[in-house]
Amino acid sequence: MDDAETKLRALPEDARTLLRPLIHTTWRFYLAASLLGAVTLWGIGAYVLQFRHGLGETGLNRPEYWGIYIIDFVFFIGISHAGTLISAILRISKAEWRRAITRSAEFITVLVIGFGAIQPIVDLGRPDRLLNIFAHAHLRSPLLWDVMSICFYLTASTIYLYLPMLPDLAIIRDAEIKAPRFYRFLAAGYRDTPEQRRRLEKVIGVLAIVVIPIAVSVHTVIGWIFAMTLRPMWHSTIFGPYFVVGAIYSGIAALLVAMVILRRVYHLERYFKPVHFDYMGRLLLLFSLLWLYFTFAEYLTAFYGSEPAEMRTFWARISGPFAVPFWLMAFCCFVLPFALMCRKAMRAPTGTLIAGIAVVIGMWLERFNIVVPTSVNPRFDLEPVAHYFPSGVELSILAATFSGFILLYMVATKFFPIISIWEIREGREVSVREVAERVADYLPTESAEAA
Amino acid sequence: MPRWGMVIDLDRCTGCAACEVACKSENNIATVRPDQADMGRAMSWMKVETKIEGDFPDTRLSFAPRPCMQCDNPPCVKVCPVSATYLSPEGIVGQIYPRCIGCRYCANACPYTAKYFNWFAPAWPDSERAHLDPDVSVRPRGVMEKCTFCDHRLQQAKENARAAGRPLRESDFQPACADACPTRAIVFGDLDNPAHRVSTLKNDPRATRLMESLGTEPKVYYLTQKA
Repeated sequence: MDDAETKLRALPEDARTLLRPLIHTTWRFYLAASLLGAVTLWGIGAYVLQFRHGLGETGLNRPEYWGIYIIDFVFFIGISHAGTLISAILRISKAEWRRAITRSAEFITVLVIGFGAIQPIVDLGRPDRLLNIFAHAHLRSPLLWDVMSICFYLTASTIYLYLPMLPDLAIIRDAEIKAPRFYRFLAAGYRDTPEQRRRLEKVIGVLAIVVIPIAVSVHTVIGWIFAMTLRPMWHSTIFGPYFVVGAIYSGIAALLVAMVILRRVYHLERYFKPVHFDYMGRLLLLFSLLWLYFTFAEYLTAFYGSEPAEMRTFWARISGPFAVPFWLMAFCCFVLPFALMCRKAMRAPTGTLIAGIAVVIGMWLERFNIVVPTSVNPRFDLEPVAHYFPSGVELSILAATFSGFILLYMVATKFFPIISIWEIREGREVSVREVAERVADYLPTESAEAA
Repeated sequence: MPRWGMVIDLDRCTGCAACEVACKSENNIATVRPDQADMGRAMSWMKVETKIEGDFPDTRLSFAPRPCMQCDNPPCVKVCPVSATYLSPEGIVGQIYPRCIGCRYCANACPYTAKYFNWFAPAWPDSERAHLDPDVSVRPRGVMEKCTFCDHRLQQAKENARAAGRPLRESDFQPACADACPTRAIVFGDLDNPAHRVSTLKNDPRATRLMESLGTEPKVYYLTQKA
């Protein structure tokens, strides 16, 4: 340990600060990790119970066929839009303030996709027959489109996380502060020669572009799973884009929460600066308005047409049994974040943390409000209206999904620098000058007479 | 090629639910515990829906037996990721139980809520277990199941007709619900065969289909009540 500490001290300042979490772990980390680990194990136990006895262990019924698992599926895949999309868009638009936040965002993406993607498998009546989706693939099924787009997305965002991390992995390898073989393997012989760097940046540039349509497709297709059915309040053309906007919104919120916590526990105040919270807060503000716009458009269209089948679901949400989750969603997704993010003083760590948590909760509720009220109000009106109370098994798996994701994210920060060291350095060494030149280039050229 | 269909005369239906019971014992439909049934997990491929209008004492009760509508354009078939539910050439929507992965997408896509899920492994009271129908496969836990117009009876009817060297007659193939109906409210046959009663009944002025506007093209017709 002392040896690693000496080696760490020998590193330049950025690397020293950012690699410190890799070799120093506090008791608080272990405490939090064991609590989260216990919850995760509890949830795994709940799944074993469900696996042995059947989906009857849930609170699901007919016609309430989809519940917590599908809500979580939509929600977590939505959160995954935090990373890849935000990071790719900021990279392409040459937003220099991105440098400190891209890595933490990309990690959210890669880890959360896994937790999202297992939800429909947890939801399967016959998980043992999962491979039938390849053996008997029916390409007309939106579920299969989803399998494809999630596979693409997971692959692309894993590469998009890994490649920009290569120079940092090489730094850790050369500093020899931790698990030398592991990092020698991961760094894959990267030496940061000018030629390697040039190629790397070229690949990152291409990936950043490729990843955007893939990310958009993922949540569009998830919206389509619902929209392609004839169910009231699901069968809507707005669902594709509505889901994408909601996904990015929840992603930004989750990223803000992660940034505030990382900043606090790893003392990254010098990296996550007021400007980051200000800009991310503005993004959150923009998306709260977009969310309102989409939600309003969706509900007004249903209300104005007032088709009886649609109206049953509509009123169930507005004033019926789902009024509480509905208005809580409206408060968490719009009222609170909008009121907070309007003010500059609130676009700081505390304000964005509150708004971020509210939006994360609100977006979970939005998924709930999409899935459940429609499910319990079937189009066939002779069927009695169903009810749905999630069972202990479902709630345990829900808790385990959250804790498992947070745990994995925590562990990831112990093995990989959560802020890109080389990109910060590049910012200091190259970008400051480049940006000055770029801005100068934007300005009208002086005419020959003036000179 | 026949196109099997059903016409249900609501004027004749007394709501006795003989069709439900006949279907249940014919098709080995699992018996669900009362607490499970209260949760909405009871299974009934053929279900007599009840509608109560007005307040006591001025009430009006009406019934409508609801099997699978056997749509010609079935929304459940489109969405199945593994083609476990399919439309047969004779127009019967079937379910391949050993292939179904239990995602319940088909159940969500069906506007008639006509599909059922096995939340637990199927169970029967001993009295029922003694006479399960050997011609109908028992569904395992975790798969969807549905009305098949008693497809197994069609297979037998075809074999019998072939053995006797004669074409299939209307009376050869009747599903259990139609057989059991004491008022003959349920009429079954080939919708395209002029010799079968359903082919004329379906053109009756009272004939209608559930949610025709959805374009699912059900092959179950209802003759609406006169009064």
